[in-house]
Amino acid sequence: MMPTTAIRRGLGTGLFHGAAILLTVAFLFPLIWAALNSVKTSDEANQQPPTWLPHSLSLQNYRSLAGFDQGIGTYLVNTVVLCMFTVVGSVVVCVLGGYGFARYHFRGRSVLFGTTLAILMVPYATILLPLYIVLGKLHLQNTLIGLALVLVMFQLPFGIFLMRNSFESVPRELEEAALVDGCSGFGALWHVSGRIVAPGVVTVALFSFLTSWNEYLAPLIFLNDGAKYTLPVMLVNIRYASFNILDIGALQAGVVVAMLPCLVVYLALQRFYVSGLITGALRG
Amino acid sequence: MLTRAPAGTDSPAADPVTGPRRRTGASAARRSVVGLAFVAPTAAIVAALFLVPLGILVYMSFTDWPLLGSPRVNGVENYRQLGSDDRFLGAIKFTIVYTLITTVVLFAAAFVLVAISNSPRRGTLFYRTAFFLPYVVGTAAASSMWWIDANDQLGVFNHALQTTGLVDQPVGLLATPTKALLTVIALVVWKFVGFQLMVLLVGLQSIPAQLYEAARVDGASTWQRLRYITVPSLRPTLALLTVLSVTGSLLAFDQFFVLTHGGPDNSTVTVVLALYNKAFQSFRLGSAAAEAVVVLVVLVLVNVIQLRLLREREK
Repeated sequence: MMPTTAIRRGLGTGLFHGAAILLTVAFLFPLIWAALNSVKTSDEANQQPPTWLPHSLSLQNYRSLAGFDQGIGTYLVNTVVLCMFTVVGSVVVCVLGGYGFARYHFRGRSVLFGTTLAILMVPYATILLPLYIVLGKLHLQNTLIGLALVLVMFQLPFGIFLMRNSFESVPRELEEAALVDGCSGFGALWHVSGRIVAPGVVTVALFSFLTSWNEYLAPLIFLNDGAKYTLPVMLVNIRYASFNILDIGALQAGVVVAMLPCLVVYLALQRFYVSGLITGALRG
Repeated sequence: MLTRAPAGTDSPAADPVTGPRRRTGASAARRSVVGLAFVAPTAAIVAALFLVPLGILVYMSFTDWPLLGSPRVNGVENYRQLGSDDRFLGAIKFTIVYTLITTVVLFAAAFVLVAISNSPRRGTLFYRTAFFLPYVVGTAAASSMWWIDANDQLGVFNHALQTTGLVDQPVGLLATPTKALLTVIALVVWKFVGFQLMVLLVGLQSIPAQLYEAARVDGASTWQRLRYITVPSLRPTLALLTVLSVTGSLLAFDQFFVLTHGGPDNSTVTVVLALYNKAFQSFRLGSAAAEAVVVLVVLVLVNVIQLRLLREREK
């Protein structure tokens, strides 16, 4: 009976999309809700019960956010600086290290590689305590550079592993040809392999960006000067700073500022993210 | 084993390989020095920010380490005290319960989402992206967002529940220990299930299509294909996700710190939160270090056991 199967198939597809759309709405709702609330007027955003759609659009919440404590500008600059240090640091260290591990034989090579991967085994939160002391000895406590170095260290297992694999996939002959042509070891790395391993580099950069932009615990511990705080720390502070009068609109504007760059960067670089997952997560 | 990087090899460019000559002993040694120069930054960071802190941590755990003044070695005293530290023991119990529930719920949710995302129907790419987006948002931002949404007076969750008629009175989603735990688990599933979904999808795609073709030719049902092809092939992926989920849950901090702050009545204090409070609120660094060492040993054991099981299964 053709019509019945067609109907049944149509019904199945309808049910499928119905369920999928319901779930999609559930997943996107908190994100959209924060965005919607952030553009309401301050009164409407703090209204009880809440309104579903903004009655009028306003930047009031963003203005109160801008004036919070040291000013959103300071926190944004801190976060961007931290991200730059972390991304550049991770990329430089991982590219050099990955190349060294892939191409050269030296004493202690496998010990160093194994130790680097062992960072993954050690829970991050447990070594923050002594790291605090080490950074103090290096005079890097309460600095964005010190914080960035710690974040770079936590990127190493993934980054070194990924970059070593990338360089190993570059045919050696290509580089030897460059060496014969008079390139130095570093020149060979730069000119010949650079292009081929570019996707790996983007992946390392993307992961270290997302980590450093979102990191909460490490800045909370290592930074003790309000003028150095990053966005995630500020977000949580908005709540505790404003004792009785909690400005929900401003907090949601802060949430939007904190999450928007991640969403945009992720959507733009999605394919690098997935390729990173394949190498990073599935080596088990 | 610390820094093997010899001094003065910071500039690898100072080592030109001149002319197409054969590799001799001397040039092999030179190559080895160049190699060391490339990994020198890695070695320096691993040594200074990983191995040294690890050593300090172990040392600290055997001392009475006050915030001010000099530390005093006190042997295994810190470890002995942990045995009767109710806060720590309570945190361990809570963390284990949280880890078990979260892992089970995460997998259940991930399987539903995989069924949707892996369907040949149209629109799955869109659904998949939507499910994954919360993962990209930072935990502090996500927890702040949920903290507002879960508020009983101003929050949208209660508004939605009341509008749809599911409840008459506002529900304090963070008011009782059980509700607070469930709300945190809902947040964690919402935020992290996308990652599990992505990893599972990658795992599914690596199963050769011929296997399914052959099974279909042999007349295997959908259920049989799932049972005898999909599940066995995905076993390494599932094991890996279990390790990640268990490790991540045992170390949970941000979501509790922001969403419940350990409350109500210290009912949602995880191990890392207890550790944080001890170190940075009570400044009992030695005791906190002992806790950290215990957590570290347990996690390394969990990882080693899991990895060994993984290897055995592959054989």
